[in-house]
Amino acid sequence: MLAKRIIPCMDVDKGRVVKGHKFQNIQDVADPVDLAKRYNQSGADELVFYDITASNENRPLFLEVVEKVAAEIAIPFTVGGGIRSIEDIYQTLRSGADKVSINSLAVKNPDLIREAALKFGSQCIVLSIDAKQMDSGKWHIFIKGGREDTGIDAVAWAKEGERLGAGEIVVNAIDTDGDKNGYNLELTKAITSHVNIPVVASGGAGSKTHISEVLTKADADAALAASVFHYNDINIPELKTYLDQNGIPVRR
Amino acid sequence: MIAIIDYGTGNIKSLQFALTSIGLDAKLTTDASVIHDSDGIILPGVGAFRDAMESLRNLNLTELLQQEAAAGKPLLGICLGMQLLFDKSYEDGEWRGLGLLQGSADRISGEVKVPHMGWNTLTHHQESSLLNDIPDESYVYFVHSYAVRSYPQQQLVSSTDYGGLIPAIVQKDNLIGMQFHPEKSGEIGLQLLKNVGGMIA
Repeated sequence: MLAKRIIPCMDVDKGRVVKGHKFQNIQDVADPVDLAKRYNQSGADELVFYDITASNENRPLFLEVVEKVAAEIAIPFTVGGGIRSIEDIYQTLRSGADKVSINSLAVKNPDLIREAALKFGSQCIVLSIDAKQMDSGKWHIFIKGGREDTGIDAVAWAKEGERLGAGEIVVNAIDTDGDKNGYNLELTKAITSHVNIPVVASGGAGSKTHISEVLTKADADAALAASVFHYNDINIPELKTYLDQNGIPVRR
Repeated sequence: MIAIIDYGTGNIKSLQFALTSIGLDAKLTTDASVIHDSDGIILPGVGAFRDAMESLRNLNLTELLQQEAAAGKPLLGICLGMQLLFDKSYEDGEWRGLGLLQGSADRISGEVKVPHMGWNTLTHHQESSLLNDIPDESYVYFVHSYAVRSYPQQQLVSSTDYGGLIPAIVQKDNLIGMQFHPEKSGEIGLQLLKNVGGMIA
């Protein structure tokens, strides 16, 4: 039976894993290779590395980190941030990443998803969505680190992403990101019930219960979190035991 | 030395890293003499079936792979690389594969999400040295939208369940296919690669 996945996410700035809250107050956390090894050993199912510097000058340093990580771990990992072109995707995959995640740029240039899926296969193209609920109750896609409202409906955009060839969708609720009050079940459920590709929930994990809820009530295929794993507020082996006891299939 | 056929665009560095970590010497190559001199061959694969076959043909590797396979050299196809070992695929049309194994690949169907992405369990169907220290129900990492659909039953070593039975490991003498990514399947995956290495030594 296909297991639900637990995915620690690492924001990388200038070669270090950092943690911010709502993209602010950046703090140093760890060396990415050390942390990746720790997660590999503790039973994480997959990792995500996000290049939050994402500037051209820092790209070689970031790809060096990607390659060092690939040499040390034997689980899949996704790389996001700073992907601007087919060439960037090629370089990232060649450095040892399994998937690339595309966010703002996909909104501006949806054809990049299509082209990339045709060239590299849907399985390695992840569409990442930052969404925020508007007063109307609708969910809008935000870009530029959550600063710019595109006016695009999140559910419609997820469906479009699937049609263009994305193989997976990461749904990040920017309202709840970093609050540790739980994932946004409503948003996640809205997406999982409208697409037929795997959906990764992101933003808001604070407890084992939150993770269990998003995997069952909102039908997410995977749960992504950052600081609760980095600081061991949620211990991954304990989390897996808890999920297993609650009848959720996990790799142990 | 194991020759990893470097004909595509995906992440094959991880495969080389994994082999190195278990003490197997591997080279990324498309050079016919290197492939010929190797002790074993790994055919990885990402992307589309048609494009992959076209790349192999453009590099003049199809006949070489067929000859090496016929000569008894261990050949492991991973993911799309496994599907390429078969007669054909119905991925966006109908395309001929390497024809080393009988059967064909078709899109995953049933009430399941496609791609099949994530960790799923192996169910063993027969004994093989490939399964040394691989307990039944071990988790391995899959990511694919097509799967081998028709094949001789006696070649099925392990399967997984996703909208029905999906062949996960197939073997015919020196020819091995793994639909999942052993290089991305943690300790179990490394053990599987060690077992393949055992056939090569």
